[in-house]
Amino acid sequence: MFLRKIATVVALTTLASSAWAGCGISEGRVSIVGNEFPAIQTIGAGAMECAGDGVTVETNLTADHQKINLPGMTGNPAEFTSAIVANSSIVALMNNDVIRPLNDLVEKHGQGLQKSQLVTIDGNIMGIAFMANAQHLTYRSDVLKDLGIAVPSTYEEMLAAAKKIANYNLMQYPLGGAYAAGWNLAEEFVNMYIGHGGEFFKPGTAEIAVNNQHGIDALNMMKALSEYMNPDFLTHDSNATSAEWKAGNVALMNMWGSRIGALRGDEVDAAVVAATATAGPMTVGGGTTAASTLWWDGFTIAKNISDADAEATFIALMHAIRPEMLNETTSPQAVWLIDGYVPTPAAAGVFAAAAMGTKPYPMLPYAGLMHSAAGVEIVDFMQGKETAEQALAGLEAAYTTAATEKGYL
Amino acid sequence: MKHKTFFWFFLPTALAMFLFIALPLTSIVSQSLHTPHDQVLVVVESCDPFGCKSETTIDHEASKQIKEEEPKGKWVGFQIYTDRNHLAFKEVGELWENKTNFFDFVSSLNNLPFYKAMGFTLTYVIVVTPLVILFGLIIALAVNSLHRHLKGLMVFFSLLPMIVTPLVGSLILFWMIDSRGIIGSGLQELFADPNLSLKASTGLTWITLIVYGVWHSAPFAFIVFYAGLQTVPQETIEAAMIDGATRFQQTIHVIVPHLSPLVAFVALIQLMDNFRVFEPIVGFSASAHATSLSWIIWNDIGQEIRLMSSAATTSVLTIIGVIILLMPVLIRTWREFNPEK
Amino acid sequence: MTSNQIKRPLGLQLLIYGFVLFWFILAAFPFIWTMWGSFKVELDFFSKGDWTNVFSGVRTQVVYGKSFTGAGYEGAWIQEEFWRAFLNTAIVCVSTVVISLTLATLGGYALSRSGFRYSFWLLIIALVFRALPPITLVSGYLQPFYDWNVWGTLPTTIIVLVAINQPFTLWMLHSFFQTIPKELDESAKVDGCTQFQAFRHVIIPVMWPGVITAGLFSFLLAYNDFAVTALLLSQENQTMVPKIASFMGTTQTEGNIMFAVAAVVSSIIPLFILVMFFQRQLVSGLTAGAVKG
Repeated sequence: MFLRKIATVVALTTLASSAWAGCGISEGRVSIVGNEFPAIQTIGAGAMECAGDGVTVETNLTADHQKINLPGMTGNPAEFTSAIVANSSIVALMNNDVIRPLNDLVEKHGQGLQKSQLVTIDGNIMGIAFMANAQHLTYRSDVLKDLGIAVPSTYEEMLAAAKKIANYNLMQYPLGGAYAAGWNLAEEFVNMYIGHGGEFFKPGTAEIAVNNQHGIDALNMMKALSEYMNPDFLTHDSNATSAEWKAGNVALMNMWGSRIGALRGDEVDAAVVAATATAGPMTVGGGTTAASTLWWDGFTIAKNISDADAEATFIALMHAIRPEMLNETTSPQAVWLIDGYVPTPAAAGVFAAAAMGTKPYPMLPYAGLMHSAAGVEIVDFMQGKETAEQALAGLEAAYTTAATEKGYL
Repeated sequence: MKHKTFFWFFLPTALAMFLFIALPLTSIVSQSLHTPHDQVLVVVESCDPFGCKSETTIDHEASKQIKEEEPKGKWVGFQIYTDRNHLAFKEVGELWENKTNFFDFVSSLNNLPFYKAMGFTLTYVIVVTPLVILFGLIIALAVNSLHRHLKGLMVFFSLLPMIVTPLVGSLILFWMIDSRGIIGSGLQELFADPNLSLKASTGLTWITLIVYGVWHSAPFAFIVFYAGLQTVPQETIEAAMIDGATRFQQTIHVIVPHLSPLVAFVALIQLMDNFRVFEPIVGFSASAHATSLSWIIWNDIGQEIRLMSSAATTSVLTIIGVIILLMPVLIRTWREFNPEK
Repeated sequence: MTSNQIKRPLGLQLLIYGFVLFWFILAAFPFIWTMWGSFKVELDFFSKGDWTNVFSGVRTQVVYGKSFTGAGYEGAWIQEEFWRAFLNTAIVCVSTVVISLTLATLGGYALSRSGFRYSFWLLIIALVFRALPPITLVSGYLQPFYDWNVWGTLPTTIIVLVAINQPFTLWMLHSFFQTIPKELDESAKVDGCTQFQAFRHVIIPVMWPGVITAGLFSFLLAYNDFAVTALLLSQENQTMVPKIASFMGTTQTEGNIMFAVAAVVSSIIPLFILVMFFQRQLVSGLTAGAVKG
């Protein structure tokens, strides 16, 4: 008894003197920049637990993270030791060579990781993914049941269903969609173009190649869908589209998995909540590829920091995504890629998307340029001011100019 | 004032402006003349949670040396200024060659982002600026004639459109003008058109933005004019009354000329601010129908892959645009400054 | 005010009151609407179904059992600790106003008292500086600020706000000083004062109304700024506007829009007090100041 007590005291002293905090970091600086939604707040809070003697942990979680992360990691030493990014935004960091390969850190501290969580480029682990997202079908089971419509698995069926709902005067504008000019509209174009089997670039080059039949079909399908949407669709981002859904105004929409939980919120009419159902993403034009993209969110570690800080940051973030962090509050926040995650009902659509072999959003250095050009250039087509060919030619011209400026062409 | 004394008085403000505006301005100009170096692309295997495939990425080693030698990037001169996403000399030339008539040419310019933005920006500037001045003046005259106790409250309420943060202000107005919101459905009643939507057509969106612009800026003109009204010399008014001038004539011939220096000040600030119109376009998600140079800059900087050279170029073009626009007011100020010459 | 002493015909009187009422509704209605709506749940205030829900509070009743709720305020102030942002804003605004006025008072005074041509050109350059879109400036600051390790702190933001607002304040104060007769300080100089002594003993006592006016505009600019504060402040130093922006959500995630609405309503109250407190100076200041242009 006495001996054991002494042993405990000794153990405690050792712990205190070497100042090992709960995560096993002795010293270092951890500074995380990322987006501000709840799942990432959870990760930030998890990393904060590692703060202690000699270890400083700071987080800067803001919607403007993409504007500050690159300059903040370019200097030496970098202001931020880690940036939380998605597959579209890791590219900006890799393009500027500000994040480091994590192979040695994964080997040393990454025992809990599943192989699928590793984001690898040419054998270098550049990021650790911890959550996934995708757009997929959301439908009103009551409306479909009343009219005897089967749950659409293709966009053509969705269009037919919309026509039927409108004909029965059940809803004026039965379709919803985040078609706001800019990023949202371009994302829908990316989905639809991939669904038609198109490739955005000539293989191995940065030359764009969207002005083809796939592009025209994709645009025409979007136009056809928009006929059944609220006439303001070009101003509807996913906030506005969700609001339409909650008000019971739409019966079918392609929506982010991460937003399904909120569609069933307390405030929403009980009938709408009960009938809100999800399915996997749809295909289009007789293709087999889903007209959607898979997304992951993960963390990266800055290149221009000391190895000690990098290690501290890695350990702190590994602590934040340890399987034990999953509980009743955190599990519904996202579709976690963490070992031991049990999917909640809201995650079903994203899982279905993954099971269908939906393509991930292209992780190309210049994909973002194409995306922003599309958000501007296809707007006139959606308003009927241009033909599909003109819009696609405009998109190619705008992209080519931007890509030339960035040195890709 | 002696040069030396002037120097010491002016030094602090000059230093602040030099460090935080002039220096960044030179780097912005320099950035608009450079682009990143040519990137070397390689195809490698890449894996993520959804599987592996071969993907193109940048080979940093290959261009490392040139990046270190020329950290500013590649000198391109005015190439970005003239490219398609800015002044688009080549594209405009082609459109001019292939035009069927002049109107056709003007409307086809709408496909080029810079000219599309200029189309809306200039309309906005030309309509909003005089309306703000007129509206501000009328409000000032009206509030000024109120009872003393009412004035204080009205000053506060009149300032509200200016002081509520546009971030949320435009969000709330955006919902109010929705076809199912209070203003939107009110307008539907008024025009007996159940399908009327302010957000769906270009024309109505422009009108909405212009009305918002006037509403948001009128308080600024109001407060400046209201203050000016306090110093209208009473003798002149009385003299005018003795001469049998009506109230309207007094306003036109005595009060308005008295306020004219203030009109110049408000016009100067308003021309500049309206030319840089930005917040309502974002707040009302109106970019499908209306864009501006400031919006283009924001769009270039706010994307995943940031076009810094392009944003710098558009910024320089904005400054040039502002200078051209302000020229008449500046010449006037110059004359006032040297009245004897 | 003299215009009140002259009797107006009834028709004109009605016209004036009618117009003031019209403007009052135009200016204040959206704000009063927001204040009312801030006690509702999001689906009532931002109803896509039927706007009359704002009055009936249907969804609010479903969730809270009554038609009004303070949940937005509670969420913003207690759960999200909006008071921190409130304090930061207070620090930023007060410092910006004080520094901005000190610099611009000296500079504006010098410009108004120098008859040389360079002072005109300095004014023009200041104007050109103001033409630069703030967002370009701010994104240019990021890299050097990180390098010097000053990013994210309140002092950095304050200095940047001061510098960006300097052209406007300078113009305003310059025109104000022009209306103070030159003879005042000239005669002090004849009595043996230096220029600075003349400024201190003769000009400072009479300049307050104009300075307060310019101060109110600097205050409003700092108070409502988003471009600078959103990018240059770290999370713990956030001021109110970026904090409000963080309640709004992003493409892939739902925000707490009612927190934002409640925060906006509560952030207007200090401005109300301020404007009521300073409105007499605001008017008398501009009176003395900008009339000569």
